[in-house]
Amino acid sequence: MRELLELYLTFVRIGFVNFGGGYAMLPLLEKELVSKRSWTTMDDLRDYFAIGQCTPGIIALNVSTFIGYRKKGVAGAFAATLGFLSGPILIILLIAAFLTNFAELEIVQHAFAGIRVCVCVLILQAILRLWKSSVVDRTTFLLYLVILLLMVFSGVLPFKIPAALLVITAGVFGVFFGKSGGKEGGK
Amino acid sequence: MTLLLRLFFEFFKTGLFSVGGGLATLPFLYEMSTNTGWFTHADVADMIAVSESTPGAIGINMATYAGFKTAGVLGGICATIGLAMPSIIIILLIARFLERFSDNSYVQKAFYGLRAASIAMITAALVNVVRVSLIDLQAYELTGNLLSLFRPVPIIMAAALFLLIRKVKWHPVVFIALSAVVGIVLKL
Repeated sequence: MRELLELYLTFVRIGFVNFGGGYAMLPLLEKELVSKRSWTTMDDLRDYFAIGQCTPGIIALNVSTFIGYRKKGVAGAFAATLGFLSGPILIILLIAAFLTNFAELEIVQHAFAGIRVCVCVLILQAILRLWKSSVVDRTTFLLYLVILLLMVFSGVLPFKIPAALLVITAGVFGVFFGKSGGKEGGK
Repeated sequence: MTLLLRLFFEFFKTGLFSVGGGLATLPFLYEMSTNTGWFTHADVADMIAVSESTPGAIGINMATYAGFKTAGVLGGICATIGLAMPSIIIILLIARFLERFSDNSYVQKAFYGLRAASIAMITAALVNVVRVSLIDLQAYELTGNLLSLFRPVPIIMAAALFLLIRKVKWHPVVFIALSAVVGIVLKL
């Protein structure tokens, strides 16, 4: 029970400050779950994001469910996910009730311009930390490059490729051409 | 009561079919707006703006907002849990599966590809934030001058933050709060 409460409260804290959606959550998760509590590893987190990308629903939620389950089973999954939802629900209820033009306030816009700069740097640091265990050879580097280019230039492509399809294709590619064993991460 | 159930199921469907997170929910939200009249298309546009400046994903925010507008606080909570439910169920199934099969060589090989894809997705997310913070595509299109593509103040700020984060081990929230203050002071 105590552990469930701790799981819930940890994700409340993460939910409250998770500006910028899914991937901006990674540095926060690393601090709260890897370095402060060692509930998981950075490599496992990266794997959860890969799965969250190609399953239905919001990535941040998928990752919360995953970590909660690993820690404390089904009850843990609910504790973590509901915790993650608590902050945003409260904030939107307040905004919907009182502040209809919240996003247009000048001070809010300046603050968020600043936060976006910080989010850039935080995400970059997360990429640098995961790089060595994810892009392990020339094949994975090529795969990385192709997917990145398809994502970044999806606006100018004549057809739209869903991100989930790219991730699933990469998984299938791995089954045929990948190497297993000698692995960190998936324990 | 029936209204609460309807809210739950409408958002349950959205959660089930929007693969890949936040913005993938948009087409479903527009459709729901047309079908139910719970919120307008303009509400969706407003909610995109709010979601960019509050924690939480747009799908979650829209569910809370629409639920609240239609059926008060309880409605907001029902809609949001409805949205989250499919992913909770599916992830629980996958987590079970992985627990049992994580040593399977096919699963390990799949992750060989998935990991590269995951880092590519994270990099693409980075590119998206850089586009709206460190560079100014509009100014570049207007002037055609390559130098006008870069926003000097945010770039210097990013470099300073990068070095600071390497040096001190504060909680990321501290850096986020600090950056908000800098944004307000410098009128970014």
